[in-house]
Amino acid sequence: MSAPGFDVERIRKDFPVLGRELPGGRSLVYLDSGNSSQKPTQVVETMRDHLTWHYGNVGRALHVLGSESTEAYEAARDKIAAFVKAPSRDEIVFTKNASEALNLVAYAFGNPVGEDERFRIGPGDEIVISEMEHHSNIVPWQLLAQRTGATLRWFPVTDEGRLDIDGLDELVNERTKIVSITHQSNVLGTVNSVSPIVARVREVGALMMLDASQSVPHQPVDVTELGVDFVAFTGHKMVGPSGIGVLWGRRELLDAMPPFLGGGEMIEAVWMDHSTYAPVPHKFEAGTPPIVEAIGLGAAADYLTAVGMDQIKAHEKELVAYALEALPEVPGLRIIGPRTPIARGGTISFTLEGIHPHDVGQILDDVYGIAVRVGHHCARPLHLRFGIPATTRASFYLYNTTAEIDALVRGLHHVQKVFG
Amino acid sequence: MIGESMYQELILEHYKHPQGRGLRDPYDAEVHHVNPTCGDEVTLRVKVADGGKVLDVSYDGQGCSISQAAASVLHELATGSTVEESLSVVEEFTRLMQGRGQVDPDEDVLGDAVAFAGVAKFPARVKCALLAWMAYKDALMRSQG
Repeated sequence: MSAPGFDVERIRKDFPVLGRELPGGRSLVYLDSGNSSQKPTQVVETMRDHLTWHYGNVGRALHVLGSESTEAYEAARDKIAAFVKAPSRDEIVFTKNASEALNLVAYAFGNPVGEDERFRIGPGDEIVISEMEHHSNIVPWQLLAQRTGATLRWFPVTDEGRLDIDGLDELVNERTKIVSITHQSNVLGTVNSVSPIVARVREVGALMMLDASQSVPHQPVDVTELGVDFVAFTGHKMVGPSGIGVLWGRRELLDAMPPFLGGGEMIEAVWMDHSTYAPVPHKFEAGTPPIVEAIGLGAAADYLTAVGMDQIKAHEKELVAYALEALPEVPGLRIIGPRTPIARGGTISFTLEGIHPHDVGQILDDVYGIAVRVGHHCARPLHLRFGIPATTRASFYLYNTTAEIDALVRGLHHVQKVFG
Repeated sequence: MIGESMYQELILEHYKHPQGRGLRDPYDAEVHHVNPTCGDEVTLRVKVADGGKVLDVSYDGQGCSISQAAASVLHELATGSTVEESLSVVEEFTRLMQGRGQVDPDEDVLGDAVAFAGVAKFPARVKCALLAWMAYKDALMRSQG
């Protein structure tokens, strides 16, 4: 029933933690990959090997270890470029996480250091986001609006949890400088259709950014095909380590943007009163970068590629279809987000009538070893939109099984017994 | 079955049948406290007599069973006691909650609130238990100010 050649049991063996026994003899059911994914042995071993045998600083040490580290770090950039089909490796900027990538782009706007017209912004100009954004794709733009007097606007969300683009032509207009939306919602699971928005963005001469933190790990992403200007994603959600994220941007835009952080390795030459900057991507990588984390992320891209992103997408589609059938059996359960497995990923948020998500999560964890996320998932405005303070979220990945979804359903029945 | 030991019968009882819930007049001070990590919130009012007797603790809010039951237990313990007595209960309850499960609670001081001892072992939930109690302390200070 799985995609041909996709063997979830074999994949699970690459993630030893999935076989771990929790205190009290419970086995682990990990349904929190939308929060952070587990790491396969291949990633851990690559990082360990580098730290043990090849570690030196990158870009500045001339000795053997320094060149081995530099080579591995830059090879990771090649792997990431290939993974998202970036036209050039120089368009891949390593950041700390997706939040930093989003902040980096927001910081380029209305910045007196930059002179490019496309990044000039002030009162009367508009920034467009959506109601389904993670806080990391809201707050940087709020700060930009506050700094510059620009106006922040947003796409609403429909009752089904889809992006409402009925007002697209009015919302994105000649005053718009940048549109930044999520590719896949971290709460609703909704995968947004990018092309109509990009088309409108091009008509009005604005720029477009995608927060792809929840899509790059789960489906093949081709940045050229998407047609946007910037894409942000993070390592720890795609079986890589934490502490490493990625900004992809069009070369000519990255060239036109001012530096973000100043420091070592981002310069060309420094005088006491001014500096010139290194070419991209190094212009945006001040200081010693997360070297081993980048190398680990490269190994993660290799791992996912070897499994096959199409296969992973198909497997998750199967899981989410199964869960969308099984979960509504639980009385009082309301799914927040699309109820059909079409244009949605393997993330399902829900409420249980009369029972707070914290209580749901606690019982699932303590009694059944089921790890889910509870709360507003860093998307408070979206929860306000649906008139609820919090949800329980189960999120699936390549290593999850339908048996784990069965366990979740059993756990939810038990939760109802305790609080009913 | 660690979790169910946290959900003591008494806590579930207070959650399902909250005591003294609802905002009432008259009152001397009203406060609104939130737990930003989980969205739990409580609005709480106190009415204190001239002699320092707590006449009423009324509250409304939303949140998990722990935060709601803690508000209910607080209402029972504080109403009818003196400001001084109730503050010593708040102090002991705070000590218990922040003790990471290592603190031996003083049952004579805490009364029913001792049922929350198990919560102290779950750092993520301590703030839930303390929400209404911190709001109460704040409201008392404002009413005295």
